[in-house]
Amino acid sequence: MRLGLVIDLDVCVGCHACAIACKEWNASGTIGPLSDYQPYGAEPSGVWFNRIRHYEMDEYPNNKTVNFPMSCMHCEDADCVTVCPTGASYKRAEDGIVLIDQDKCMGCNYCSWACPYGARELDRSSGTMKKCTLCVDRIYDQELPVEERQPACVLTCPAHARMFGDFDDPDSAVSRTVRERGGFPLMPELNYNPTNTYLPPRRKPVIPVDTQPKSGLKESIKQFANKLVRR
Amino acid sequence: MHPAFSVIFFTVASGAGFGLFSLLFIADTFKLGGGFTPAQLVIGGLVAMSLIVFGLLSSTFHLANPKNAWRAFSRFRTSWLSREGVFAVVFMPLALVYLASVWFDAPLWLRETFGFLSAVLAWITVFSTGMIYACLKTIRQWNTPLVPANYLALGYASGSLLLLLGAVMAGLDTLPYIAMSALIVSIAAVLKAIYYFWIRSPGLTPTINTATGLTRAKVKLLDTGHTHGTFLTQEFGFQIARQKAGLLKVVVFGLGFALPGLMLVWVFNAQGGQAAAVVAACAGIAGAAVERWLFFAEARHVVNLYHGAQRC
Repeated sequence: MRLGLVIDLDVCVGCHACAIACKEWNASGTIGPLSDYQPYGAEPSGVWFNRIRHYEMDEYPNNKTVNFPMSCMHCEDADCVTVCPTGASYKRAEDGIVLIDQDKCMGCNYCSWACPYGARELDRSSGTMKKCTLCVDRIYDQELPVEERQPACVLTCPAHARMFGDFDDPDSAVSRTVRERGGFPLMPELNYNPTNTYLPPRRKPVIPVDTQPKSGLKESIKQFANKLVRR
Repeated sequence: MHPAFSVIFFTVASGAGFGLFSLLFIADTFKLGGGFTPAQLVIGGLVAMSLIVFGLLSSTFHLANPKNAWRAFSRFRTSWLSREGVFAVVFMPLALVYLASVWFDAPLWLRETFGFLSAVLAWITVFSTGMIYACLKTIRQWNTPLVPANYLALGYASGSLLLLLGAVMAGLDTLPYIAMSALIVSIAAVLKAIYYFWIRSPGLTPTINTATGLTRAKVKLLDTGHTHGTFLTQEFGFQIARQKAGLLKVVVFGLGFALPGLMLVWVFNAQGGQAAAVVAACAGIAGAAVERWLFFAEARHVVNLYHGAQRC
């Protein structure tokens, strides 16, 4: 099994609900808490597994805002695991989830240097590195109804921009969607083979911007008068 | 990258210590300049080992959870950080046996074998220190064989200047030590110059387009999504102005290479000149520290692409 997420950049509205749901679930999860520093102070900061950034693609009038959620990609060739000197970071053989043993981590930051996606953040209060667990404490929980055995971010997304599934199974919903929509990994040139896959924004008709008719003589006089009159 | 003082001190001090120890072995084997007495060799060896030990101790200060530091020896097979720790620890008993065999006048084969083994391990340990940085694909300025080469050359340059100081203080013939220092310092200077030339344009690097996968148009950051800084901006967001970096490179060459070279001439002309040897050693080590600070400050981690950098 190779579990991971598909994130649809065409649909994501950038509401940060996935990040909030992630923090809510994982603050009391297996590697919680996720410490906040000065949450109500002048310089609020803290540990998050999931961060959403916002980009603009192309230039006016063809521009488009792309909201960009990012968490651990659970890479196939995860350098964060190979560089870890203590063996705290590990990749599970059975489902490919990359995790950190909080009892072994010495907080040297080396794994965060090796991660190109910024998925790992040091928790200053515990002195250990923390990262997305793919809600490993949810997805196998037999007490939950089957449809709720998914990561918190996927369940909460109001736009259904996130999907969770097995990428090793060619007929799983995630594999089919990636095939049909031309999903892509981030920074493939570094050869980390990230599992999480992003779906590109769809092509949309360009909204014409020159809709106003050419102004005639009457309009010109009006504009000239507007400049003269002091209101 | 954020330059952490403890890591700078660690790499400079342990590099100088390992360099000094292996050059001390060479000086002992070939009896350079008449050869040190056993007592002088032991003192020199202990100075080198204390530089290494203080460096290693200081490196634990940048750990957020040092109580687990002992576990760092467990991933020898994959992690260069782990290898570096293991090699440094294996070096210690070998070096002590060498110094003991010098002190107690043990048979020559024992002395030479352990001296050679500890000199080789010193070399491997400094190489591993360089590889900690050179193996990271995420930092283009570090991902080059020039990095371990620079670490070795600078460590040995600092060590050779310390050894020259020792030779001057011991009243030996300084000529072979001057020649050794001059050679190693000039190799270090050339390697550093190649490195600085190379990182001016380090070839193909990830861009904001490959980082976001939006490769068909220009991409720019609208919002980072966080109010204040995060761990990522604190650790990787450090930036140095190009002008300041250029100035510091002049300092590296002036303080780290030119001034020690000038002092070598002084020692050569004065046939002694302890003050000049002290200045050479201090300047060499200070130059190496500036070089190390700049090594971190100039490194650009690819995560900066997600925070708006167009290219790393």
